[in-house]
Amino acid sequence: MIQVSHLHKRYPGGHDALRDVSFELADGQMAFLTGHSGAGKSTLLKLITLIERPSRGQLIVNGKNLGKYRRRRIPFLRRQIGIVFQDHKLLYDRTIFDNVALPLIVSGHRHQEIARRVRAALDKVGLLAREKMYPIELSGGEQQRVGIARAVVNRPPLLLADEPTGNLDAELSDEIMDLFHSFNQHGVTVLVATHDLRHIRRLNMPIIELKNGSLVRTTVAEA
Amino acid sequence: MTTYFLRHLQVLFQSLGRLARTPFASLMTIAVISITLALPSGLHVLLENARAVTSGWEGGAQISLFLKRDTSDQVARALAEQLQRSSRVAKVDYISRTAALEEFKRLSGFGQTLNALERNPLPPVLVVYPMVGGPTPVDLESLVAEFNRVGDVEIAQLDMQWVKRLRAILNLAQRGVVLLGVLLGIAVLLIMANTIRLAILNRRDEIEVIKLIGGTDGFIRRPFLYEGVLQGLVGAAGAWIVVHTTLVLMADPIRRLASLYASGYELRGLGLLASLGLLAAGGLLGWTGSWLAVGRHLRAIEPR
Ligand SMILES: Nc1ncnc2c1ncn2[C@@H]1O[C@H](COP(=O)(O)OP(=O)(O)OP(=O)(O)O)[C@@H](O)[C@H]1O
Ligand SMILES: [Mg+2]
Repeated sequence: MIQVSHLHKRYPGGHDALRDVSFELADGQMAFLTGHSGAGKSTLLKLITLIERPSRGQLIVNGKNLGKYRRRRIPFLRRQIGIVFQDHKLLYDRTIFDNVALPLIVSGHRHQEIARRVRAALDKVGLLAREKMYPIELSGGEQQRVGIARAVVNRPPLLLADEPTGNLDAELSDEIMDLFHSFNQHGVTVLVATHDLRHIRRLNMPIIELKNGSLVRTTVAEA
Repeated sequence: MTTYFLRHLQVLFQSLGRLARTPFASLMTIAVISITLALPSGLHVLLENARAVTSGWEGGAQISLFLKRDTSDQVARALAEQLQRSSRVAKVDYISRTAALEEFKRLSGFGQTLNALERNPLPPVLVVYPMVGGPTPVDLESLVAEFNRVGDVEIAQLDMQWVKRLRAILNLAQRGVVLLGVLLGIAVLLIMANTIRLAILNRRDEIEVIKLIGGTDGFIRRPFLYEGVLQGLVGAAGAWIVVHTTLVLMADPIRRLASLYASGYELRGLGLLASLGLLAAGGLLGWTGSWLAVGRHLRAIEPR
């Protein structure tokens, strides 16, 4: 699903956020991306979603080489990736239902199909009863679950999450991680960036560990 | 196909909803567009009315044929009859030298002085009323030239110089209105572009999120274009109302003015075609303005 070889990212300021990183995440696999603050975790996820462009090296996502990916094509790549953000990135002037429906509206699904899929996604994260509420009326953990429902409503083959449990207490963050785990068990490839080693021990998942932009340890295939 | 249609309808209602959610800002923009478009439209209406009034006057055009002074009554009458037979002539009046002198005495008030003259200095005159409103329009200029070639005619004169001058002034004014319309059209374009620019900046977060979940530029652009078109259309409708309200307010004094000239002239508003043109211009300006803004600012908003 994700093939990274000799990937290098230098930001305009001259800072090397990623240096010669290579690994491979197979279809249907789940892994944790870890490392100290500033190690380059977010940078790697941004390259996979083409929020940033690689400086050197090769990056293949879902069979597509992102090296010279055309700007116009980027939306269609992103529709195949569900993204969960630490700060949720919900739209606060829209209901929970409308927030979760957004990826389906964007890709032009039919009305009935949208309603069916949104309810299924909300049901999975246990928020079906809240569909008419606004994000402000939900707790942080609940908002994060709305973000997850939005990420999976399109049934993407790949799910990325950047510090999805950053602001949550232990119990809530375990719930969230278990949710990712269950999506993985339904065949979705999952990559979660976190520096919370507890989850890594608890779920016993492969890890990709960065340090100052370099890969220092990994238990997934090294490409 | 129906899905496509439904989706556009959906976006249309979303845009309407958005405009309704910020009624004050939307109304301000719409009012500015209305006033801006009302100015050239109103001037256009005034000009069209002036044109309609003066085209009535053209029917009163007459050509005076001043005959050679020694032309006899008989020859003059024969010429009058001959001209009368032409299909381009409606009527010919003959004013003999004596009749001309009488009339001049009466109108000028120089009666006594003129009595002192030994000879009547005035030539006989044929007043020709050209056929207007017939199946083929009469070219007055060429008619005058023809009359000038007739042997007994000293000089033929079209008594329409001042109508012509008015015409020239109206044409000039028309140019001015077109020019003003273009300038104010550009102003509407800029107003729209700025309004949409603010709308885009207001919804920065939303645009970012939509880009992150795979919304194309076209998808993001659509509601802003609708917003522009809607405001342009409503602004044009507002301009129409402004123009017609003004006409209603002016109808009475104009009727009084018209009655002084003994004509029962009724003011005309914007016709159907002009009204549709005004709406189309509003919509098009709104669309173009928002398109300009969207093209410039959408690219700058990228997720980080
Ligand atoms: N847009 C940017 N321009 C310049 N430098 C950047 C940019 N984004 C990140 N960096 C730098 O790149 C390095 C890696 O940043 P990154 O956000 O990937 O770290 P991280 O591993 O996600 O850290 P954290 O755990 O704190 O989120 C940091 O030193 C950061 O300062
Ligand atoms: Mg980070």
